[in-house]
Amino acid sequence: MTDPDNTTTSQISEPLDLVHLSLDERVFVKLRGDRELRGRLHAYDSHCNMVLGDVEETIYVVNDDEEDESVQTIKKHSEMLFVRGDSVVLVSPLVQS
Amino acid sequence: MLFFSFFKTLVDHEVTIELKNDLCITGTLKSVDQFLNIKLDEIRVKDEARYPHLAAVKNVFIRGSVVRYVHLPANAVDTALLEDATRREAGNAAGGKGR
Repeated sequence: MTDPDNTTTSQISEPLDLVHLSLDERVFVKLRGDRELRGRLHAYDSHCNMVLGDVEETIYVVNDDEEDESVQTIKKHSEMLFVRGDSVVLVSPLVQS
Repeated sequence: MLFFSFFKTLVDHEVTIELKNDLCITGTLKSVDQFLNIKLDEIRVKDEARYPHLAAVKNVFIRGSVVRYVHLPANAVDTALLEDATRREAGNAAGGKGR
């Protein structure tokens, strides 16, 4: 059963269609290496390569001290960022509260 | 193919490539291929004290798979065009199923 009019039902027929709905919306992206991005999704492809705009990157660095194992967060801002898909763990729509 | 074409439009712009080993290289984008391998000219390494290896190197070829980010000049990116191209590519992927 293929849908010749491949617009309505295929809107949510595969996982990447969820990402498609977030085009030009703010998204949360979790990456390998304890990194997270929050930014506006301008482009993506099937490898999860992405271009994000107005991006806030958060890096979590674990202090390896024996006594206090604290987590330090580093924040970086970027106007326009290409992210290679092989680092991407998950993509989620960001609902602004 | 979308990002291959996209990077071709950015040739001769200055970009900063962050590698998966945290090395940041700024340079002029000279060429790109289908694997998103990248050639950079007139490179500078951020935090050269920590990474002195490339102090004498002027241009590099970077294997696409070691790239984490490419920081882009925002004014060189047409976001509306990118979004249209993404919609078109997503449509092609759905329509091309079973081929």
